[in-house]
Amino acid sequence: MPALIELEEAYLRSKKDKEFLKELKYLQKNYIGRPTPLYFAKRLTEHLGGAKIYLKREDLAHTGAHKINNAVGQVLLAKRIGKQRVIAETGAGQHGVATSTAAALLGLKCDIYMGTEDMHRQALNVFRMRLLGAQVIEVPVGSKTLKDAINEALRDWTTNVRTTHYVLGTVFGPHPFPVMVRDFQSVIGRETRKQILKAEGKMPDYLIACVGGGSNAMGLFYEFLKEKTKMVGVEAGGKGIDSGQHAARFAGGSIGVFQGCKSYLLQDEDGNVLGTHSVSAGLDYASIGPEHPFLKDSGRVRYTYATDEEALLAFELLSYTEGIIPALESAHAIAEAIKLAPGLHKNETIIVNLSGRGDKDVQQVANIKGIKL
Amino acid sequence: MAGDPSLEKTKELFLMLEQCGADIIELGVPFSDPLADGPTIQRAAERALKNNVTLKKVVSFVKDIRNVSLTPVILMTYFNPIYKYGISEFISDAATAGVDGIIIPDLPPEEADEIIKLSRKTNIDTIFLLAPTSTENRIKIVASASTGFIYYVSITGITGSNILFDGSMENQINAIRKYTDTPIAVGFGVSGPEDAREVAKMADGVIIGSAIVKKIHEEPATAKEFIKKLREAI
Repeated sequence: MPALIELEEAYLRSKKDKEFLKELKYLQKNYIGRPTPLYFAKRLTEHLGGAKIYLKREDLAHTGAHKINNAVGQVLLAKRIGKQRVIAETGAGQHGVATSTAAALLGLKCDIYMGTEDMHRQALNVFRMRLLGAQVIEVPVGSKTLKDAINEALRDWTTNVRTTHYVLGTVFGPHPFPVMVRDFQSVIGRETRKQILKAEGKMPDYLIACVGGGSNAMGLFYEFLKEKTKMVGVEAGGKGIDSGQHAARFAGGSIGVFQGCKSYLLQDEDGNVLGTHSVSAGLDYASIGPEHPFLKDSGRVRYTYATDEEALLAFELLSYTEGIIPALESAHAIAEAIKLAPGLHKNETIIVNLSGRGDKDVQQVANIKGIKL
Repeated sequence: MAGDPSLEKTKELFLMLEQCGADIIELGVPFSDPLADGPTIQRAAERALKNNVTLKKVVSFVKDIRNVSLTPVILMTYFNPIYKYGISEFISDAATAGVDGIIIPDLPPEEADEIIKLSRKTNIDTIFLLAPTSTENRIKIVASASTGFIYYVSITGITGSNILFDGSMENQINAIRKYTDTPIAVGFGVSGPEDAREVAKMADGVIIGSAIVKKIHEEPATAKEFIKKLREAI
């Protein structure tokens, strides 16, 4: 608790600290490459024959995903409060890469926890992290995926709390993490708002984002909550809800308390956390950031899911219609756009958060298709 | 850990601990994601979960053990199993079964109003944790929420870590005593009779978990002797 209180105080101070904000802004522009483009996907739009589809190109941010927005913010904060070391969990490897990158940039020691299963399906990112000077620590316990990596990172933080900051990668965990991560990610929505007004002269009709822990979705949605824009969060439907092999917390879970926050959780009747499945490591998680249930219950955001199969089709469709290979996580959001767009009018606009690029997934998709590289 | 390797065996072990002179017996409730625990307790929980041991079963285990033993029993459980059980149902069942106290390592006192209120009514002790990093303000909050005893975590870390005797424990225990008369028991990292003896000099109680779980799992034949030595050291 003292560590969380210290973190909250430091974070609140940093929000008013002109020097901190100046440095963050400088790095966002010159290091991350912000603003990322809002791109009109003309060929995808024509192919689907309905609403105009725009892609917020977080895949073009440095390291290839939105995760860097939060990682740079938190590592900068860690350095300011005098920590010498940062740790992080990672599922798809994108947050691990982002944190390793930010640690290299700012000269802090970095250890990344990653489940054994995720290390296998994201071997390329494991090597990237090591190149960036981080140590990747295998987590061979439990389901050997993201939730177990978070458990291990929390255990490490408890042990080394005096010297170490835990860069939690999503809008989850104990306060202040959900708020802090949302704020660092909300640069996505702020840019998008300006860009769509310039391109279309009006607010978008729909926003779509995939939801694992939910940071790219919160980052895009937050700025638009007061507008009339409809919003859709897309969870991982895995092999279908009935199969039990999925990570759709709203469709298949119930309220629980897990890893420091109260939210929807995939759990059994005794309160033990269930295993999850998704083709995408970044969405393969048993719970969801606590602000999402709030947005669901208030009716502000609609939540749905895309199955592995639908995500894989979207992955291929975007690749050959637009020349953009999306991360399998982001492909879930594209899958929802594929369902939604044809039923909408040509004057309506959809913005999909393309949260990451798919280079890391190419090998795995080849394996699924039975192609040897 | 209740249910490791089976609830029948846990009953035997419970009575053995009592015979060796344990004043209070802490029963671990298995959970899928034991955040505060090191590898020894994690594995014990995994084995117990494979045997389908649940919080409900542990509560009825306590009810059963009350026929043969009156040694105080404390449940150490994570919060989600209680939440899923229903807080008031759990406290009511636990009180009926004869549970004397609860430790919930992932529930800070700020979030525990309901549990504390219900526990007071049913005479179940609520034991909260303090750590080497706890500030004065934190000590005040935890001291006022705790009954029975205060659980002082000897190190920053997880169960089964190595204990460190560098004087900081004594300082922190003295700091806690300024705010409360509630007894202070020290746990996390007490690995054998030597550690237990050192801790007993400073604290009102010594809590030994991982070392006993490990011994029972790896060298069951010498476990009783080990526990007797721990008792003698205190």
